[in-house]
Amino acid sequence: MSQQKSAHVHHVIPLKIYLGIGATLLVLTIVTVAVALVDLGPFNLIVAMAIATVKASLVAMIFMHLYYDNKFYLMIFLSSLLFVGIFISITMIDTLRRGDIYPELGGPIQENMIGNTAAGSSGKNK
Amino acid sequence: MEHTANHPSYLQHHFADAEQQKESAKLGMWAFLITEVLLFGGLFCAYAIYRAWYPDMFFNAHTHLDVTMGAINTAVLIVSSVTVALAIRSIQLNNKKQTMWFLFVTILCASIFLVIKYFEYSHKFHLGLLPGKFYSYEGIAGANPHVFFSIYFAMTGLHGIHVLGGMGFLGWVMYRTSKGDYSSEYYTPVELGGLYWHLVDLIWIYLFPLLYLIG
Amino acid sequence: MLAIPEKNYLNYPKGIKSWLVTQDHKRIGLMYFFGIMTFFAIGGLFAVLLRLELMSPGQDFLDKDTYNQFFTLHGAIMIFLFIIPSIPGALGNIILPLMLGAKDVAFPRLNLASWYLYIAGALFFIASLVLGAADTGWTFYTPYSIETNTAVITVGLGAFILGFSSIFTGINFIVTIHKLRAPGLTWYKLPLFVWGLYATAIIQVLATPVIGITLVLLVLERLVGIGIFDPKLGGDPVLFQHFFWFYSHPAVYIMILPGMGIISELVSTHSTKKIFGYKAIAYSSLGIALISFFVWGHHMYTSGQSVYASMVFSFLTFFVGIPSGIKVFNWMATIYKGSVRLTTPMLYTISFLILFSIGGFTGIMLGTLSVDIHMHDTYFVVAHFHYTMMGGTVIAFLGGVHHWWPKIWGRMYSEFWGKIACGFVFVGFNMTFFTQFIPGAKGMPRRYQDYLPEYTPYNEFSSYGSWVLAIGFIIMAVYLIHSIFKGRPAGDNPWGSLTLEWKTTSPPDPHNFHEVPEIEHGPYDYDKIIPESAYQDQLEKESA
Repeated sequence: MSQQKSAHVHHVIPLKIYLGIGATLLVLTIVTVAVALVDLGPFNLIVAMAIATVKASLVAMIFMHLYYDNKFYLMIFLSSLLFVGIFISITMIDTLRRGDIYPELGGPIQENMIGNTAAGSSGKNK
Repeated sequence: MEHTANHPSYLQHHFADAEQQKESAKLGMWAFLITEVLLFGGLFCAYAIYRAWYPDMFFNAHTHLDVTMGAINTAVLIVSSVTVALAIRSIQLNNKKQTMWFLFVTILCASIFLVIKYFEYSHKFHLGLLPGKFYSYEGIAGANPHVFFSIYFAMTGLHGIHVLGGMGFLGWVMYRTSKGDYSSEYYTPVELGGLYWHLVDLIWIYLFPLLYLIG
Repeated sequence: MLAIPEKNYLNYPKGIKSWLVTQDHKRIGLMYFFGIMTFFAIGGLFAVLLRLELMSPGQDFLDKDTYNQFFTLHGAIMIFLFIIPSIPGALGNIILPLMLGAKDVAFPRLNLASWYLYIAGALFFIASLVLGAADTGWTFYTPYSIETNTAVITVGLGAFILGFSSIFTGINFIVTIHKLRAPGLTWYKLPLFVWGLYATAIIQVLATPVIGITLVLLVLERLVGIGIFDPKLGGDPVLFQHFFWFYSHPAVYIMILPGMGIISELVSTHSTKKIFGYKAIAYSSLGIALISFFVWGHHMYTSGQSVYASMVFSFLTFFVGIPSGIKVFNWMATIYKGSVRLTTPMLYTISFLILFSIGGFTGIMLGTLSVDIHMHDTYFVVAHFHYTMMGGTVIAFLGGVHHWWPKIWGRMYSEFWGKIACGFVFVGFNMTFFTQFIPGAKGMPRRYQDYLPEYTPYNEFSSYGSWVLAIGFIIMAVYLIHSIFKGRPAGDNPWGSLTLEWKTTSPPDPHNFHEVPEIEHGPYDYDKIIPESAYQDQLEKESA
């Protein structure tokens, strides 16, 4: 009593695809290191994340078979990333906007505590 | 429940057929991988918040990470991803010996990764670049530099534990392969081991630029 | 047939060892049941002791530090060892595969592992009792949880282990529901209890890992001082709260969604009426699961969270009440013009509709930013969450226990005593908790061993209520245990229900069904079929 059998003969990916993707990943690693040596200001982070995402997509889609398999697996994997994104972004709505009304509340609570005991509390009382 | 002519030994009794069992196993593994993404997601969140608060300190602190070692580790994990994928391919083609060989290389790469990490960690311990209250290094400008290293150790430490776990999982798969338990007809555990290992690689693909290549 | 089948999952295979290594979901469910009821009793004992201390202001018999440990243990035990595992672990495990026409869950060994993890987590909690427990409240807020000299690490690690138990159950249920349905059982033919468990499992899988990493980081804070949550080391205590509530808010929906699933079953069967708005109820379960992830900050309005974020969270919180409201209206519409039998499960259903509505409504009140500024950390909050967790989940759980009791044991409990106990529980609950809204609104803070004398009458009355509640539960324990040994054989389908689990014997065969069941009708087709039930007339006579 299986679910309707998709004519799913186990798909064997050709050797050259595996090796090709592997080589691409190594090249992209070199690229990402090289780009990091150039100062692009805020774009360094964006470019690094973009390259990482390309690499991750290759691993996920090809090595993990998400491209070839039932798209449901891809959907649940992407949704997990979505929820991490929700967690980070909404939390940062708090952490970055604390100074909106009372500027002295902006930023982390106390600074320079380690290795600077002479300075003591920086006066940001909570 | 009807007993069909072919009731292979790997088919568990509560499944109707091998296809249902395989799809269930795969779905189960993907559901588990989601939990791993969320687990690390918490640490990525901590990273994002502290980097947004202390961008300069993060930049200064990360210069004490060895980019070369990090890049080599990235390459090692990429190679191990290729080899584990090839292990699955080999068992799909019923080549037991090749499967064992590729699994072995994967585990070997994992060991190399951990050895390099050991060198990185011991260098930091030597300098006093330790998490939290054990931090004692003086040379980093900016506020609360220990926070960077707390996050560094938490993220790479948790990742390292998962590498270790993956080695155990793949080692067990290798053992079962050697006993002839898997073939082109049934190789689900090899596939599941591969999926887990790829996730470990995926996480490192993001960890590397975020920790080692801060602009 | 009415007789109890000779070979059933209770007596076959025999011996304690066969239970400890069982892969039978029904046995695992029963083992969970005994575990959670034990911890419900222990958590309840702490509650009665707390209320005893709160009978009058000043110290009665608990000093302040011990009081703090007691409410921490009451909360932690009730949440982690009772309510979160309760319905999925006990009822879900037993009933889900039966409802799907399956022989077991997808991963029976993982299921057993889930139970052992539950026990391991429980042992950590018990160990903590002798190691100094914890006095931080179940929420473990930093920096106090970093500094306090109590066994926070032990409790934290226990909760971490319990989290994995929950995750594995979630994974198991998701795959079971996707892959192990009987042929012909499409998604829209599934009972709504299954939809509820499915939505719950999604939350378990997505949210629980975050509490896992939070607890790990808390343990590291105490051991190593990583400085992520500790302000003395440059950390942010509010960040701890973000981490904690990102799980713990969806967790309250882990608690209520299975309960809502049960109510759908009870309201339909015991009104002999087709459920009103099947798809609306099914989708609202998924809707609740989704929206629950966006609102966690409503626990943090007064913690130092940015006002902007608080506004966003408050706005989003209003949306989470909508799917719950949809369900309540659909259930009421189901009862309307139904052929209602006032059986014990039905009485619990009606109790649920009243109590959960109060809980949900007060939740929306608290979700309103301007109101919560005044009510946060008062007894208004305590009353609200007891209305939803106890008046909601526990009542639904009890309804489910009574509803499926004949299926699980093959025997009927005493309807007479069932109704008496339900009455004690309902009256006792309201005495205890409705009262608390008032001092809460007047400003009485929670988690204090002492209070201003003007709150005394409310506290006294609430404490009397706790005894009425306790009596109700004691009566329940007595007649339920009695029925296991001396109850009348129930037959396959004493309630005349149309879901699949009633098509097999009571108690079921170890392999559930002798043949794969045929899906001839939907789970709520009371408009097309009235199933025969030898007991229906008898029950009607009894409940009249």
